[in-house]
Amino acid sequence: MSTMTFHAPATVAEACALLAAEPGARVLAGGTDLIVQMRSGRIAPAAVIDLKRIGALSGVREQAGGFVIGAATRCTALKEHAALAAAHPGVVEAANLIGSVQVRNRATVAGNLCNASPAADSVPAMIAAGAVALIAGPQGARELPVEHLPQSPGRTALAPGEFVTAIRLPGKAAHSSDAYQRLTPRTEMDIAIVGVGAAITLAGDGSCAAARIALGAVGPVAVLAEAAGAALVGTRFEAAALDRMAEAVQAVCKPIDDKRGSAAYRTAMAAVLARRVVQIARERAGEA
Amino acid sequence: MKMAVSTTVNGDPRAFLCEPGETLLEALRGTLGLTGAKEGCGTGDCGACTVMLDGEMVCSCLVLAPEAEGRRVETIEGVAEGSDLHPVQRQFLEHGALQCGFCTPGFIVAAKALLERDPDPSEHDLRYWLAGNLCRCTGYDKIVRAVQDAAAEMRQQARGDAA
Repeated sequence: MSTMTFHAPATVAEACALLAAEPGARVLAGGTDLIVQMRSGRIAPAAVIDLKRIGALSGVREQAGGFVIGAATRCTALKEHAALAAAHPGVVEAANLIGSVQVRNRATVAGNLCNASPAADSVPAMIAAGAVALIAGPQGARELPVEHLPQSPGRTALAPGEFVTAIRLPGKAAHSSDAYQRLTPRTEMDIAIVGVGAAITLAGDGSCAAARIALGAVGPVAVLAEAAGAALVGTRFEAAALDRMAEAVQAVCKPIDDKRGSAAYRTAMAAVLARRVVQIARERAGEA
Repeated sequence: MKMAVSTTVNGDPRAFLCEPGETLLEALRGTLGLTGAKEGCGTGDCGACTVMLDGEMVCSCLVLAPEAEGRRVETIEGVAEGSDLHPVQRQFLEHGALQCGFCTPGFIVAAKALLERDPDPSEHDLRYWLAGNLCRCTGYDKIVRAVQDAAAEMRQQARGDAA
């Protein structure tokens, strides 16, 4: 019989103390990855610390001109937050591609990030949108841009005793928007073989003032394709600029080659999806 | 060490003991004797274990039983009112939208949840909503038709109640 214990702290400080006291503990947000891993025997945490009773970690707050998504906020709640959905439609649509409705009623974007799957749908969208992970731990609070948190499949930059308390996104900016698309062998309930997020800001004349493009499932971790975004800045999205962007996307693809998608196919489709999400984000930014 | 959990199941207060790592599905089927929800995959892919938790549908195989403390759980056993079947249940029978029946409780709980939030879903929305419920016998067509007819019946009933 397992000796695992279950805790449901009411504050972040209490959760930190529990994590510090038990190095084999794991935090539980939605549980859609953690519980699967526990049941399969892949992990055997000494303690599970449920974050859902910490009021401050549930829900979306508008704070200091940005949005703070508590680590225990289910993906379906993001859709229900009109201001967040208007400011970051790409992040909200990515979070609501994960699993089924049943799964999204439990799963969280913080959990999707910390599970550190290369194919996590919400992660490229969050990276493109400039999301920052807010972290609590024994040394106090710190922040880390989302792209720096996953280190390799299943591994994060979190130190022992640390956990993500929230994801912070910038506020609504004029002429700025984002988009996310993924490719899966099945329409629903499948894992991306490539996913691309893009966030675009337009200048007054309709040219590209800023662009961030991030890729998932084409390497061990989701990546910010900086050169791809840079290829668009200052352009009017002419064919040549989009070609340069697509080339830069393909240059950072280092996908695995498996039965779900060959490396060559994943790389080719990364460019296709990048063109599509740039186009969608650009249209949305024009209306924003 | 076992934990004491107090919860509401289908409207009735229920207290039970569970292991900290036990799933809500195991507690429902084992300790509470509610064997309607089924374990298909145990990984959140098939939806046979779908229940409502505080009004949102979830896979009970991916909920730890202690998480249910103070929360409201609704299962397939609470869908019919006595011997009065819910329209979704009745239409599943009318359409023969099941063969082995293993997936049926999950489909019915999920379909009822959809119709309570959207009384007139498009076929597209209905199929996406039910994408987390797998059936390996019938194919999905009869299930979709059953839910559509249940929706129509519920809309008519609502109009009748309003008149």
